[in-house]
Amino acid sequence: MKDYEIVIGLEVHAELNTQSKIYCSCRSAFGMDVNTQICPVCMGLPGALPTLNEKVVEYAIRMGHALNCHINTVCRQDRKNYFYPDLPKGYQISQADVPLCENGYLDILVGGEARRIRVNRIHIEEDAGKLLHDGAYPGSLADLNRCGVPLIEIVSEPDLRSSAEARAYLETIRSILLCLGISDCKMQEGSIRCDVNVSVREKGTRELTVRCEMKNVNSFRAAVRGIEYEAKRQIEILEGGGTIIQETRRWDDGKGMSFPMRTKEDAQDYRYFPEPDLLTIVVDEEKVQALKESIPELPHAKIRRYMKDYGFAEIDAALITEDIERAALFEACAESGRCKPKNICNWILADLAKYTNDTGQKISQTPITPKRLTELIEQVEKGVISNTAGKKAFLLMMETGREPLAIIEEEGMAQNSNREELRQLVREVFSDNQKSVLDYRNGKGKALGYLVGQCMKRSGGKANPSLIREIVTHMLSE
Amino acid sequence: MNLYEKTATELSDMLRRKECSAAEISQEVLERTETSEERIGAYITRCEDVMQQAEAVDKAIAEGRALHPLAGIPIALKDNISTKGIRTTCASRMLENYVPPYDAAVTEKVRRAGMVITGKTNMDEFAMGASTETSYMKVTHNPHNPEYVPGGSSGGSAAAVAAGETILSLGSDTGGSIRQPAALCGIVGLKPTYGSVSRYGLVAYASSLEQIGPMGKTVRDTAMLYSLICGRDQMDATTVRREYPDFASALSGKVQGLRIGVPREYFGDGICPEVSVAVWEGIRLLEQAGASVREISLPDTEYAVSAYYIIASAEASSNLARYDGVRYGFRAKHYKGLTDMYERTRSEGFGDEVKRRVMLGTFVLSSGYYDAYYKKARAAQQRIKRELADAFRECDILITPTYPTPAFPLGEKSDDPLKLYMSDICTVTANLSGLPAISVPCGKTASGLPMGMQMMAPAFSEQVLLNAAYAYETLCGGFWSGGTVI
Repeated sequence: MKDYEIVIGLEVHAELNTQSKIYCSCRSAFGMDVNTQICPVCMGLPGALPTLNEKVVEYAIRMGHALNCHINTVCRQDRKNYFYPDLPKGYQISQADVPLCENGYLDILVGGEARRIRVNRIHIEEDAGKLLHDGAYPGSLADLNRCGVPLIEIVSEPDLRSSAEARAYLETIRSILLCLGISDCKMQEGSIRCDVNVSVREKGTRELTVRCEMKNVNSFRAAVRGIEYEAKRQIEILEGGGTIIQETRRWDDGKGMSFPMRTKEDAQDYRYFPEPDLLTIVVDEEKVQALKESIPELPHAKIRRYMKDYGFAEIDAALITEDIERAALFEACAESGRCKPKNICNWILADLAKYTNDTGQKISQTPITPKRLTELIEQVEKGVISNTAGKKAFLLMMETGREPLAIIEEEGMAQNSNREELRQLVREVFSDNQKSVLDYRNGKGKALGYLVGQCMKRSGGKANPSLIREIVTHMLSE
Repeated sequence: MNLYEKTATELSDMLRRKECSAAEISQEVLERTETSEERIGAYITRCEDVMQQAEAVDKAIAEGRALHPLAGIPIALKDNISTKGIRTTCASRMLENYVPPYDAAVTEKVRRAGMVITGKTNMDEFAMGASTETSYMKVTHNPHNPEYVPGGSSGGSAAAVAAGETILSLGSDTGGSIRQPAALCGIVGLKPTYGSVSRYGLVAYASSLEQIGPMGKTVRDTAMLYSLICGRDQMDATTVRREYPDFASALSGKVQGLRIGVPREYFGDGICPEVSVAVWEGIRLLEQAGASVREISLPDTEYAVSAYYIIASAEASSNLARYDGVRYGFRAKHYKGLTDMYERTRSEGFGDEVKRRVMLGTFVLSSGYYDAYYKKARAAQQRIKRELADAFRECDILITPTYPTPAFPLGEKSDDPLKLYMSDICTVTANLSGLPAISVPCGKTASGLPMGMQMMAPAFSEQVLLNAAYAYETLCGGFWSGGTVI
């Protein structure tokens, strides 16, 4: 078999979380009662006209900046014409020749290596409704609540070379949308969806080959599976001496297979033309600049900075930056310089993450503050309390909102690190356990652990365990 | 003189002087309609609450409330203007039983002013036509001769005013649909500057070309109604925010120094000599009153009709896509599956002229043809716009015939769409360029049919336009001397 390369391009549709819809003042919230968030405009009643929600343009421009795009400060909206029962006007208002943002790129990390994926364009458009099937009714029912919910479509160049890269790209896009706060990115609610374009070619060649587009890809996992399935399908055809035909296929995630929808011959002609009911969008340069300056450090840039500045593994850096609040807490603790970044990271990803998961709270809803967390970690790092006591103190702090230093004091958690006192304690344990001391000196290493355990027991768990181990080892060798 | 024969201006004054009540006006209009409507057929739907509307105005007058000058004046709305609770059919089988749940912006203004809505008028189906003959609902007759068409597409609105079945009306003008029926029925009709009247609630045919506009017996009546309906509307992004004066009170009737341009392309071979002569007589009248007249040439007018039908049909093909039988309106009774439902619904629900334009529009937007047709038409539109802008550097208004001929007999041209299209030559340039244009009566033919003179002005120069029209009206002794036309 020849050596093949997979070439992937992705079209990501993300619903923007503006309060109202793109062309009317209906709420754009998800999960409301069927056909309650509608008006003459989004229902496409005769005579109703769209008016553009300016917030949509702002949100899209911010995403454009985040993906290093050129912003077209003058652009229009166009009609994309097709018939479908969930599309009440018989056309979707979208953008054709001139999108709001174009020619950008996104740097993604795949297995620790950076890859630059070019972004062809980002345009704004309206979502369609949804068809429902109710057992009691033989046909389809249309819910138009989603009609007019604002969408951005982010189109990549065919620069992705594996399903892993596609996944990294999608996850990075998602983290940016979340960081900018412009989309809820809830896969299960359909607020982020993607179409996948796949082709294969012999490794070493550079020409683009015939591609297939896959629709109905409703999760990142489905994208990965779909790409792998599609690449394998195409390679098998080529190996069997066949040729790939350009077509649109539908991914069936349940079956783990894709099925033909339509070929190039019966591809739809959308008959795009300028939307006459809306004015040309004109954004002034100052506003574009102000929006650019409003872009915070983005998760993928943060990941690379954490790896570089703190020596974190990619996985840790990714996890800590995944949530804006988590990253903010980490940075505030790290800036204090009072404890090691690596330890802060561990506490946040282990104890804090477990707590927020168990309680379903956001970090901001819990009593944790950078000051409290650094104080606690500091006590552990200094050996004032043991790691185990630290975990206990952490939970108490989260549950009661008390200060960590007060908890350590009041709960008597401080451990004994006084060398003289601990030496005396070890002496007493040695004299009570002379057999174990002899065993050790006769080469039975296991006796060391037993002796350390006895010391801890005698101290009532208060002795600093690492100090005890050090003293026991030292005295045994005397 | 009967109240229904009077102008809105006269009736408004009478109401203010308490010489009559709103109820009396409406009562007379209703009685007149009872006797004439069978011969005219102007209305698709007549409102049942006309007297209640009028009585509410009388009550407000009795309470001494400050009212709009048009309060209590009867008005008819073209049946493509949405009216909450009153069916709005567009004269199509597709919307035969469609009752909008909301009012168009102009309907709201009309209601708020206390005007009495008498009903919804007949029109060409979805405003596609120039004789009101493409209506699915009924035939409308010209009040000057019932064997003749009233013009179109706003034929019902023009006929209702001319026949005294209402006092004022609203039409819509995409390629001449207000001005042409106004000319053929002997009344005044204004196509306002694009962006000066909200289209919200106007069932769309060709969004980038059409405007709602006033129709009345006199220039002053028309100006009053225009003042009521114009202005920026946040529901229509294409409306323009600016100061709109009170057009009626600013009419001076002076034309001293007015520079009139007469484009020779509008007086070419297709123009009936009787019309040409009548329009020239009108121009001479204005010249004698102190206006200067010069003949000019607008050679790009040649491309106007083609460009218009391509752009209008392209937009129509998209605007009419929503009539798919899914949510409201007509749905075919028998079908197998979704595509068949679409096909049968649209085949049975639309008339021939609508289907012709939807197909034409679909074709010119199709990939492979877009550049050759749609794009080229848009380029021609730009040239026509520029040419007119240049002309208005030397002229204040342009005067042309409104329509090449007077009204033609019912049925004469219904089998020859192309001939009918070509007759739009005088009116479509105003729509392609967004400019305001008005049609005023300029006499009758030997056989007694009215003819129209069109005046065009630069964007948002309605005041100049209305003033010139008013001057002409005054010079020729008034368009409306009372008396019924049928």
